[in-house]
Amino acid sequence: MRLRTMGFGVYDHGYVLADEKVADHTPGDGRPRHRVWRIRAGRVLAATGALERPLSFAGNDIPGVMLAGAVRDYVANWAVSPGDRTVVVTNNDDAYRTAIALVEAGLSVPAVIDAREVVIGDLPARARTLGIRVETGKAIAKVKGRRAVEGVAICSQAGEGAVIEEIACEAVAMSGGWSPVVHLWSHCGGKLVWDEDQAHFRPDPSHPPLGHDGEGFVMTAGAASGALAASAALANAHDAAKAAAKAMGGKPKAGAAPKAAETSEAPMQAVWVMPQGAGPDKRAKMWLDYQNDVKVSDVQLAAREGYVSVEHTKRYTTLGMATDQGKLSNINGLAVLAGSLNTEIPQVGTTTFRPPYTPVTIGALAGESRGEIFQPLRRTPIHGWHEENGAYFEPVGLWRRPYCFPRGGESHAQAVHREVENTRSRLGLLDASTLGKIIVKGPDAGRFLDMLYTNMMSTLPVGKCRYGLMCNEQGFLSDDGVVARIDEDTWLCHTTSGGADRIHGWMEDWLQCEWWDWKVYTANVTEQYAQVAVVGPNARKLLEALGGMDVSKEALPFMQWADGTLGGFRARVYRISFSGELSYEIAVPASEGRAFWDALMNAGQEFGVMPYGTEALHIMRAEKGFIMIGDETDGTVTPLDLNLGWAVSKKKADFLGKRGMERSFLSDPERWKLVGLETLDGSVIEDGAYIVAPGVNANGQRNTQGRVTSTYHSPTLKRGIAMGLLRHGPDRMGETVELTKTGGGTVAAKVVDPVFYDKEGAKQDV
Amino acid sequence: MSKAVSALGGARFAGTVEVREVGPQGMITLRGDLSSAKVKSAVKSAVGVAVPAQRRVTIEAGRGAGWMSPDELLLWLPYDEVAATLATLGKALAGQHALAVDVSDARAVFEVEGARSAEVLAKLCPVDFATLQPGELRRSRTAQVAAALWQSAPDTYTVVAFRSVGRYVFDLLRASAQKGGEVA
Repeated sequence: MRLRTMGFGVYDHGYVLADEKVADHTPGDGRPRHRVWRIRAGRVLAATGALERPLSFAGNDIPGVMLAGAVRDYVANWAVSPGDRTVVVTNNDDAYRTAIALVEAGLSVPAVIDAREVVIGDLPARARTLGIRVETGKAIAKVKGRRAVEGVAICSQAGEGAVIEEIACEAVAMSGGWSPVVHLWSHCGGKLVWDEDQAHFRPDPSHPPLGHDGEGFVMTAGAASGALAASAALANAHDAAKAAAKAMGGKPKAGAAPKAAETSEAPMQAVWVMPQGAGPDKRAKMWLDYQNDVKVSDVQLAAREGYVSVEHTKRYTTLGMATDQGKLSNINGLAVLAGSLNTEIPQVGTTTFRPPYTPVTIGALAGESRGEIFQPLRRTPIHGWHEENGAYFEPVGLWRRPYCFPRGGESHAQAVHREVENTRSRLGLLDASTLGKIIVKGPDAGRFLDMLYTNMMSTLPVGKCRYGLMCNEQGFLSDDGVVARIDEDTWLCHTTSGGADRIHGWMEDWLQCEWWDWKVYTANVTEQYAQVAVVGPNARKLLEALGGMDVSKEALPFMQWADGTLGGFRARVYRISFSGELSYEIAVPASEGRAFWDALMNAGQEFGVMPYGTEALHIMRAEKGFIMIGDETDGTVTPLDLNLGWAVSKKKADFLGKRGMERSFLSDPERWKLVGLETLDGSVIEDGAYIVAPGVNANGQRNTQGRVTSTYHSPTLKRGIAMGLLRHGPDRMGETVELTKTGGGTVAAKVVDPVFYDKEGAKQDV
Repeated sequence: MSKAVSALGGARFAGTVEVREVGPQGMITLRGDLSSAKVKSAVKSAVGVAVPAQRRVTIEAGRGAGWMSPDELLLWLPYDEVAATLATLGKALAGQHALAVDVSDARAVFEVEGARSAEVLAKLCPVDFATLQPGELRRSRTAQVAAALWQSAPDTYTVVAFRSVGRYVFDLLRASAQKGGEVA
């Protein structure tokens, strides 16, 4: 039994959501305030009771006007007086319980205003015995008062509101009858039936919401079934519980339902507008939906405007929307609409009941996802060092990577500048652990990689590395990285940091769904390794100082890899370079990653070692004209757009993207192609700047002929450099183009080769 | 050789249950035809147990295997035996299409111990712990990240997650095991 818990939604397959208010009543005791329960139920027995309906009279929103049941609860449950004098207004016998409770509590009930002409039930009789004045056939013409109830004006229900008498009071207790709470029944499609006698919709037991087995999986008990009197409610609940137990395979005990003392209640009388002939002024003050501010006049206007469907009327007026979910407004609103359309309520039907039954806090739904654990944060084995050494982080997927390592009072730009200069002139270290690493193995692995990459991977000799591009079927670039051939059957594919899981999923998708008979296994070993790029003219000296492996040019040439032990660490050393410098990327087991980094930093002191971050990495690769997935590509760029035709095989019969690239639009010579851009004044082109063309388009906007994809200040060249895509770009070397600036105006730049630094690649191959 | 360090260096938290980060733990991903005699005997000689049935895990005295998918097993063994076992597996599976890789360092391993261990995990994983049998392995998730878990002793569950999110998973377990968070 979960107390303080509300089932707020019923979904397919018996899925029920409930909100437990764990500690709302004991704030600050260390417990969570709310807890959402996700329940998979065989059967749901909704004993949700019934809701009292307001009556539509002018001023039924003035503070002090309450539902009769609410007044009774205040008095009986909480010993709170709604006011010295409470006028009760009703169309049924139940409200007399409120009048009796008030009088028995020593409060005054000046009158019960009953819309019915004949009032003969047990409860009215008892009220009369207590000396309570009962006015039959009467209605409230209007409530007096602005900020609080001061009194009510009484009129005849049959009339148009001519005031017979005014009664002073502080509160009005109203009851327009009761409607079963059918929300949980209805969320998954349970149908309703109109009950003429009680003027409400109740669940239709022959049309329950159906589960996967075609059986109804929600049942209702008691007042929720429409059994409003105590004895009927008990009998109904008894039967429903037995049926539910049986449906779950239980054996309910034989026995009769518990009995309740019978009170005979006279039939209620449907009253939708009070008085029945109320004019426009009064109808504009009769609230149907208090939460969404919808009045009788609004629904009548909707009908006049031609809204016949109740769902349309709901949207036109906002009747019963959002937090209300039809609780207060539903029947009264439908009845007014039916009256305006001159039809019956069942013909109008109801709007859709949607979860949640009442609002649930976002905090309850978010659960544990707050503060430090709002979102998973991925950390490399070296993350702790970065934190201890003042790294300024940037998000890369869910990873946090050091953007730069500011020292002293350095700005980020100054730190990046220093990191680039130091790496190019001495020695830099980059934590490259986030790079994706996927093992691909099997007799068909070469054939598989030839399909995935645009270039040949099957011919890569064991011990060597090759840069490769991956496209989607459309021919657009999707990922890139260096592939190493580990042995005859095994390749290791490096992916981008953000792409590891996606590319692994992509591989498995093709292997499991399309080429299921190919003998290939993959494993994502990204996190098995810490990977460190040791970069710069002193890189070899550092590795030699650590010792254990021959890392000379002869033993380990550019674009090869070797396994060994470096300074006592199990290492796989790749001679690859994303910076254009002499560079080794070294993978060690993640569990030794931090110790390895520390060893490199210690041994590197004499060679001028400094760590560098992602921004220095970006600048150095841009200086070399290396593309970056996500900068030069955005899902609409092909390898040919980036002049990477050399990495697109012409020999292979097929690969993913081959046919896509051959389509007319993708092979169009008019496409924008990669160039380098150098501003004439040395300034840095703005991120995302367009290269303008003469004239304007149909919308009066400047025509464009290209855009910038990467733009940086180059510490090496001491000027702004950029890469961009330009129409006929490679054919326009030396031309000057104009690029937009956010403040207006343009900046002039020369079209140049995108490789700004060491075109021959001599520095990385030493 | 440098000393291997687990993702969180053995972090612990005592709340409504005890949460321990353990390891380094030896783990090998083995992919292959699980019904083949060669794979069966290779697994038996590598970790001493039979190939587990669907969704089952068998670990005896620190060695065992868990069923991860129709063609994937997780082999469980002491950390310092991984290299030798990989070599043995390589020989045993020669000529057979299979893949065996060391994933010990790619993971973070937790033990959740106490009478409320299932309750602490149930708040984070879409798993019906009332029906999760001893010897049954679930590949599921803890909140927003992938995890595999099984009951490793009475009132004790082992949870395996990726190393990079080890801190996140530990923080999740700590939040779920906070005193005052008891469900029943």
